[in-house]
Amino acid sequence: MTKDDIKKLIIEIIADIAPDEDLSGLKPDVRLREQLQLDSMDFLDIVMELRKRHGIEVPEADYMQLATLDSCANYLEPKFAAKGR
Amino acid sequence: MNLSRIVITGVGLTAPNGNNLPEFRQALLTAKSGVEFFETRHMGKVLAGVCKFETTRYQSRKELRVGTRAGSVSIYCSHEAVNDSKIAWDRVDKGRVGIYLGITEHGNVETENEIASLATFGNDTKFWSHYHNPRTVANNPAGEASLNLGVTGPAYTIGAACAAGNMGLIHAAQMLRLGEIDFALAGGVSESIRSFGIFAAFKSQGALAHHVDPTKASRPFDKSRNGIVVSEGGAIYAMERLEDAKARGAKIYGEIAGYAVNSDASDYVLPNPVRQAECIRQAIKHAGMTPDQIDILNAHATSTPLGDVQECQAITSAFNGFPLPHVNNTKSFIGHAMGAAGSLELAGNLPSFDDLVVHPTINVDDLDPQCALSTLVLNQPQKVKRVDAILNNSFGMLGINSALIVKRYID
Repeated sequence: MTKDDIKKLIIEIIADIAPDEDLSGLKPDVRLREQLQLDSMDFLDIVMELRKRHGIEVPEADYMQLATLDSCANYLEPKFAAKGR
Repeated sequence: MNLSRIVITGVGLTAPNGNNLPEFRQALLTAKSGVEFFETRHMGKVLAGVCKFETTRYQSRKELRVGTRAGSVSIYCSHEAVNDSKIAWDRVDKGRVGIYLGITEHGNVETENEIASLATFGNDTKFWSHYHNPRTVANNPAGEASLNLGVTGPAYTIGAACAAGNMGLIHAAQMLRLGEIDFALAGGVSESIRSFGIFAAFKSQGALAHHVDPTKASRPFDKSRNGIVVSEGGAIYAMERLEDAKARGAKIYGEIAGYAVNSDASDYVLPNPVRQAECIRQAIKHAGMTPDQIDILNAHATSTPLGDVQECQAITSAFNGFPLPHVNNTKSFIGHAMGAAGSLELAGNLPSFDDLVVHPTINVDDLDPQCALSTLVLNQPQKVKRVDAILNNSFGMLGINSALIVKRYID
């Protein structure tokens, strides 16, 4: 799975948890919370959906790695690779 | 003690047969039922009263996803009540607003959903939602309304089984009289049809209605009644002290005349007509009225074989020789809206102060002689000469009874 694929997958999750948001112009290097109305429960949703949909675990100590789309891709790429994806 | 007079200045509601008071009233005058077949987890199709209000009128899609159905009902009804009251909401001190909502139960729906979801993940609790607690806390329906409307005053629910619909109004009247708040959003809400457990439990108890025609299933006082139709909904009232309502030139729907709440202390589920009669008598006394001053009595009757008979006994006993008021029943149209029942049923009768028409009890094809109160308004609306006071009965499990009297507002 490429980093672009991972970003798309994160955007799919965000589209479900923040259905009122316009995600078309998301900047990959800017913190998601600066671009969207997301609170801490929403980030827990991202963590939960990664677990439910993709079997990916994000330990609490790593939550900050989900701050931007770029950081998500960088952090999650090896995790998907480890799953053979 | 010189108590402030408390008045109703706005009504917001969603019922299975109407999403505002004019729609609801019209449905009650034209025999429009709100009961239909409804798919439920583990039980397939059951009979239920299902609301179809516009959920995104006052909520974002994200709020809907995070919140509960009862929260959504509360938010819809609260906004509608505020709008109907025509109060300048932007200028209202939100710290002086109270939200008091009667509920029969809350949290069963969300817990069942979460358990079903967890089962698809091998019951590994790391898949249990972090939203479970805020969704299931007992104050959720009132709390969601406070979040959505920016109300910073007291906002909580009152658990009183199926007597709860009256309790929100009673509590609001008390808090307004104590000066704890200046404006109340009060009533009852229910999301119970989204829980299979309530249907399954009534079925196990032999108290769940069945009928080939959903619109005929809820039939209080009819010989062939066979149980309860569970429904969802809500009715929330804007309530104020009379002097505040008059100062802003508010439309006044009616005045809280009196009320009573008592307990059977006799059984988990079986009603107690002695205590019900006592509750009705206490409410009339609290209102400073005599039984002959009550013009409409909305019966709690849920269409169970025993409960309807016992309530008729209680009414007969409470009026004890005085002429009976016109008796009607709203559940025959919409089923039993649980925590919302009392508040919805009051709403359905409030327009009678203006049009002097009593909505009927429908589906009475063969009146049970044990329920044959002489003043039952059967199947057709009845034009009457006087409607100055409405008494609303609501009774619930664990033996809680409530009776609320609303009278015509006269300056």
